[in-house]
Amino acid sequence: MFESVLITIATAATPLLIAAIGELVVERSGVLNLGVEGMMVMGAVTGFGVAVTTGSPWLGVFAAILVGAAFSLLFGFLTLTLVTNQVATGLALTLLGLGVSGMIGEAFIGMPGQKLGIIAIPFLSDLPYVGRFLFAQDPLFYVSLLLVAGVAYFLFYTRAGLTLRSVGDNHDSAHALGIKVIAVRYAAVAFGGACAGLAGAYLSLVYTPQWIENMTAGRGWIALALVVFASWRPWRVLAGAYLFGAVSIGQLHAQVIGVSIPSQFLSALPYLATIIVLVLISRNRRLTMVNTPACLGRPFVPAR
Amino acid sequence: MKKLILALAASTAALAFAAAPAAAQDKTKACWIYVGPIGDFGYSYQHHQGLLDVEKHFGDKVETAYLESVPEGADTERALERFARSGCDIIFATSFGFMDPVQKVAAKFPDIKFEHATGFKRDHPNVSTYNSRFHEGRYVQGVIAAKMSQKGVAGYIASFPIPEVVMGINAFLLGAQSVNPDFQVKIVWANTWFDAGKEADAAKALIDQGVDIITQHTDSTAPLQVAAERGIKGFGQASDMITFAPETQLTSIVDDWGPYYIERVQALIDGSWKQNDVWGGMKDGHVVMAPYTNMPDDVKAAAEAIAAKIKDEGYNPFTGPVAKQDGSEWLAEGQVAPDGEVLSMNFYVKGIDDKLPN
Repeated sequence: MFESVLITIATAATPLLIAAIGELVVERSGVLNLGVEGMMVMGAVTGFGVAVTTGSPWLGVFAAILVGAAFSLLFGFLTLTLVTNQVATGLALTLLGLGVSGMIGEAFIGMPGQKLGIIAIPFLSDLPYVGRFLFAQDPLFYVSLLLVAGVAYFLFYTRAGLTLRSVGDNHDSAHALGIKVIAVRYAAVAFGGACAGLAGAYLSLVYTPQWIENMTAGRGWIALALVVFASWRPWRVLAGAYLFGAVSIGQLHAQVIGVSIPSQFLSALPYLATIIVLVLISRNRRLTMVNTPACLGRPFVPAR
Repeated sequence: MKKLILALAASTAALAFAAAPAAAQDKTKACWIYVGPIGDFGYSYQHHQGLLDVEKHFGDKVETAYLESVPEGADTERALERFARSGCDIIFATSFGFMDPVQKVAAKFPDIKFEHATGFKRDHPNVSTYNSRFHEGRYVQGVIAAKMSQKGVAGYIASFPIPEVVMGINAFLLGAQSVNPDFQVKIVWANTWFDAGKEADAAKALIDQGVDIITQHTDSTAPLQVAAERGIKGFGQASDMITFAPETQLTSIVDDWGPYYIERVQALIDGSWKQNDVWGGMKDGHVVMAPYTNMPDDVKAAAEAIAAKIKDEGYNPFTGPVAKQDGSEWLAEGQVAPDGEVLSMNFYVKGIDDKLPN
């Protein structure tokens, strides 16, 4: 049972992790995209639709990534090229995504979907307690871990990562150094969109293989909170996503066992835990100052 | 868009023929607000099927409109007012939580008829309530669950601790106890009507803790799908969900609102609309059981027998002797629960090992 609970937690945490790690890169480049929920739900409907029509869940995954990225480029064009307000544009992107996905998805309602199979690594998956949790999972679980490691390495151990962070911290200096600020931000935004699309595909192809309108149910917002929760550090995003997953699954088990705590309180627990950690983090000024991208949400208009 | 154009055309026509105001009255407008998206393939989906039945039945004579995913609370009032001002003649508000906003808006628009599903407040003469005896179906499911379960434990995914849900849990357990007096039900409160992921997680938690039958009072197909994946039998909710669990769905309670909606819209057209409080069940065709599948013939026969008893003989699932959770007597031998007590049910029956949240 222990292992099967771990797997359930991983399933709950993975979509949050994928979406949050993408948004982390976006925010590290100084852009605040509040449209994660919208891009995610677009990924979910695309992934499901393509998988059902073609019979290949993998094609669904790739289509979801492409649509997520394309959808985020709409945000990029508005905020980076036309310099609109990032907060308002992000919110609009969410609303647009929820509406458009509902319209596209109408044809897929009530259809059972395709599910991505499990990849079991021989021998390792037979390990006691954690074998199936770590080594016999759906492919996107592995992808999510690789993404975290990849982003951590990219941001802090490569020149390109340094460039991206410099754009997020001081776009004027970066511009003066000859870095193409807007181009870097476009790339970051597209990466974030691709991740959100992938997270959406996880929902409709692994988590609950079906299309239901509004099926993201606020997970895009949780992903946004996780980025702050993690103070913009990749490995802390991993910890945050799994903490959130563990609390949300744990409260369900507590209910089944019959712990006499009101279920409403238990249901609110994951969100309470997130808020408490956010409060604790923001109390520590040094921690937030060091990691917060200084140009987060600030528009960049190159001086002529 | 088409509806908007029609509305514009209608109002222009009304202006042009101001001398004959009856012209605008020719067409009755019936409106619905749903708590979830019509794509939930569950509760709101079934209400929308009722709307489609109305469209089919009346054709051009009735114009329809709907708003989906209307949150319960202040937004409800706005949605209702918007409909009231846009010329709706009758408004169906289809969720329990719409109750107080309906009373408020109904007071402001005495000429418009309001129909509120699953509630009990009728503060104004233009408000009716209607509901279905879903718990009759849950009793049948309880009988099936007790016959199918090897461990004698079922998992129940519940939404909110309101009377409608509590009576469902009680009816399910009473049905099961009629077969196996020691039958147990484990309850998880999801505190949502509709979050596929969370409902799936709840189903997984229940299965991990050893239940071998899953039933739900939340609206998505996810719990049934999870159960199917793990080879656990389960019941659909609100609509026939057999496509999601072709080898594991036992049956499903199907809400059929169409007949009621057609009847009420017809009454409005005839001018015979009166306030009522309808609580239809299997007998009235409001609650329909999906085909009994994936079970041995004797279980199927038992299910059909109990469904027939409810449908044809008017058997009430809440017929004594029934004890409350603490062991005190609720219904004496042969005593039938009055509808009022069932509609405000806020206690568990004996045998449920859970504390009712309040």
